[in-house]
Amino acid sequence: MVSRTERTTFGEWWWTVDKMMLAALAALMLAGTVLSLAASPPVAARIGLDPFHFVNRHILFLAPAIAVLIGTSFLTPHHIRRVSLIVFILSLALVGAAILFGAEIKGARRWIVILGLNIQPSEFLKPAFVVLIAWLFGESARRPEMPANTIALALLGLVVPLLVLQPDFGQTMLIALVWGALFFMAGMRMIWVMGLAGVAAAGLAGAYFTVSHVTKRINRFLDPATGDSFNITIALESFSRGGWFGQGPGEGTVKRVLPEAHTDFVFAVAAEEFGVVLCLTLLALVAFVVIRALAKAMHNEEPFVRFAASGLAMLFGMQAAINMAVNLHLIPAKGMTFPFVSYGGSSMISMAFGMGMLLALTRERPRAEQLASQDAALAGSPA
Amino acid sequence: MDAMQPPAAVTPSEPWRRRLVRSLLYGRNVDRRAKAAARVGLVILVFSLVYTVIAVRLIIFGVTSDPHGPRRINTQDRVATARPDILDRNGEILATDVIVPSLFGEPRKIIDVDEAVELLTAVMPDLDSREMRDRLSSQKGFVWLKREISPKQMREIHRLGIPSIGFLNENKRIYPNGPTVSHLIGHVNIDNQGIAGIEKWLDSRGLAALHMAGFATDRLQKPVELAVDLRVEHALRDELIAARKKFKAQAAAGLITDVNTGEVVAMVSVPDYNPNNPGEALDPTRINRLTTGVYEMGSTFKLLTIGMGLDSGKVTLASSFDARSSLRYGRFNISDYHAQRRILTVPEIFTYSSNIGTARIALAMGVEHHQWYLKKMGQLDRLRTELPESAEPLVPKRWKEINTVTIAFGHGLSVAPLQAVMGISALMNGGLLVPPTFLKRTPDEAAKLAKRVVKPETSEMMRYLMRLNAEKGTAAKANVTGYYIGGKTGTSEKVINGRYSKTKLLNSFTAVLPADKPRYLILIMLDEPQAIPGTHGYATSGWNAVPTGGKVIARIAPLLGVAPRFDLPTADKLILASARGNR
Repeated sequence: MVSRTERTTFGEWWWTVDKMMLAALAALMLAGTVLSLAASPPVAARIGLDPFHFVNRHILFLAPAIAVLIGTSFLTPHHIRRVSLIVFILSLALVGAAILFGAEIKGARRWIVILGLNIQPSEFLKPAFVVLIAWLFGESARRPEMPANTIALALLGLVVPLLVLQPDFGQTMLIALVWGALFFMAGMRMIWVMGLAGVAAAGLAGAYFTVSHVTKRINRFLDPATGDSFNITIALESFSRGGWFGQGPGEGTVKRVLPEAHTDFVFAVAAEEFGVVLCLTLLALVAFVVIRALAKAMHNEEPFVRFAASGLAMLFGMQAAINMAVNLHLIPAKGMTFPFVSYGGSSMISMAFGMGMLLALTRERPRAEQLASQDAALAGSPA
Repeated sequence: MDAMQPPAAVTPSEPWRRRLVRSLLYGRNVDRRAKAAARVGLVILVFSLVYTVIAVRLIIFGVTSDPHGPRRINTQDRVATARPDILDRNGEILATDVIVPSLFGEPRKIIDVDEAVELLTAVMPDLDSREMRDRLSSQKGFVWLKREISPKQMREIHRLGIPSIGFLNENKRIYPNGPTVSHLIGHVNIDNQGIAGIEKWLDSRGLAALHMAGFATDRLQKPVELAVDLRVEHALRDELIAARKKFKAQAAAGLITDVNTGEVVAMVSVPDYNPNNPGEALDPTRINRLTTGVYEMGSTFKLLTIGMGLDSGKVTLASSFDARSSLRYGRFNISDYHAQRRILTVPEIFTYSSNIGTARIALAMGVEHHQWYLKKMGQLDRLRTELPESAEPLVPKRWKEINTVTIAFGHGLSVAPLQAVMGISALMNGGLLVPPTFLKRTPDEAAKLAKRVVKPETSEMMRYLMRLNAEKGTAAKANVTGYYIGGKTGTSEKVINGRYSKTKLLNSFTAVLPADKPRYLILIMLDEPQAIPGTHGYATSGWNAVPTGGKVIARIAPLLGVAPRFDLPTADKLILASARGNR
């Protein structure tokens, strides 16, 4: 057991980290591994790979993901800002490079090959961006003489066009939503909340009328008969077939026809084989992590920690919610992975990075230390 | 809270522009930390709401799931569902369902159409590969590929493992007796919907609605019991086929009804068809002549005319009518086949089947009375039974005296044979008109439906005449010893190109079994029988329909539980005496 008497780095971490949240994340990872065994062999077989290709890689990615998660959770808020800044600059450059040099896969330039690894840099951009925005809004609350709001807006203006160029509307929407939510938390007046909502609605309407595949998707959602709603029809069928306790492991049939069974539609596969009960458990795990993190953020007095923790929790929570809602045909189809459960190396490691930072930010810290760090931050201020 | 001032409230040295922006964005003099905490709380609320919606949706799926059901089918194609068994009056199965697999495809979900078509046609070479490809390339959610395949084919296709090709169990209707009861029970289409006979009647009685609602899926449906007796039906059909062959007739038909309850115990019209192969039914020569066809019934109709006379009281068995010379009406000349050229009594008119005598009886009653009487006997309106196939009688548009004259001996009015049988049954059973039925019916139910049309004494006299005719008249060849039958022949000339043909005949024989205590009425019809060596050049009813009727009665009477009685007195002693006694 870790001793309380000796103050080691690990000991300190062990006694301050939110072990419940860590357990919930570990449970999600475990579920992801089990569901990978269920969902990915038929997909691999269909595209002519070894049946356990995706399973092996899923487990392979799990090791660095856990390392990143634990490693990041050791960081102090101060270090988190620095790491995020570095990751943000790097991934922004890579996103740009992917657009310029990346191979086009399924109509989008999102991927870039580095040292033989296929990387989706926009995944890493998300948590780093959220932390930076939280930092800026935190600063704006404390040091009004800094042009923090302007910089935050500028960063959004920098990232959104890059993501639209890929194009990747899902990530754009996610980032814009988290940005807006952080702005809202930072104390924006209600009138601006309405204004932003209006801008978002206008943006969505604009996309609906100008971008043909967005038009199609929304039309299809409103009236499934207008187009090919194959994925959604099949996904709904799997929920219906699964019932409370599912058809049993390996008894699923939907995964054999769903092209994205191991990524975007893993939730539906889970429903067919393991039933609604497992789906509710996954939902409960996600909700637990999100609400616990937000509650901790609410009680934290330091603006940066509060905003960053909330932002990361929202990023995680929204991504999971969108994935589940698409699977359940509650919102129009939008490719979005289920955190830690869906297959995808970049997504998993970036999510581990984000949740590692969340764990770091929600660690119990002595009040004196908090105040000290605040004072340090305030040292340059004219107070 | 703590030692510090909230930072938002300080900084007076802030430039005015930034202060304006800040107050515009966040409001003036606000504790932004407290506000932020409250807003994080609001975000928690929003997330809780979103997750609740997702959870509710999941729970709805849990509650409404159908884990054992087949894959969802978005189609209006109706899956052939269960029908009740049809039984004869003794519980023998006439129609039942067996479960067979059918092959379907889901074009929207199919991955490789060409591969699927290739594999399927390899297993089932009789499939049209182009049609398969068209069907599987459509944008439909569901298409049938082949209905009712064998279990072996199903196994082979299953082993191919083609995605979005599946099987559904369907109910296929089976008629174990083949053509024996064909016209009576009808048949179903590939979707197990009744399209003829009793099967169609079942659908019209709400079974179709049950199918639509998807409730008619179990086998718990109550079997339908018909009045038909499969053994009697078989015997009748056997004799009719033999007679049709022997007399080279175009068609032969027979009807056996219970005179008291109106139940149709047997009904055969050959040529018939096999309901397991419904395509045969499309051949127009295979129609059901007993309900779908209308005919001039010929001398059989004289029963109704004489019954009318006796029932009115104006004519008695002792009345006599002048048959010395033929009756002239405009260009019509009515003469007798067995011309006696003398004054005939009513029994003589009946046994000699005198056209002139019958016409004179009808004329004595008057045109209006004749019309009223035939209407009462149900001969002028379409007869509706359970069978959907029915024909309307062909009634003259303007009914003048000449019409009454010809209709009296069965020409100029075409009725369905079943309709004539209903009228004659009323004359036999004591005077009650009972609508015929193909379903089992108890005497009590029949009594409720029965309508008195003639007096009981009239019925006694009619049975006397029928029996007399079998003892020494035209029906003598059908007099099977021990069964005390009564009968009346009918030979009508068919209308060919608007004229009565002398050679194309429609022969009939109507018999009552037994004549003293009537239980069954038997009608035998032969369409265009030919004279054969054994009939001395004759093709009239007495030479073909009557002996056929005799053979039928000899076979069916034991089956129907009619005990043979020997040494019974003649008609005048048995029937007439009891009629006088009753009076």
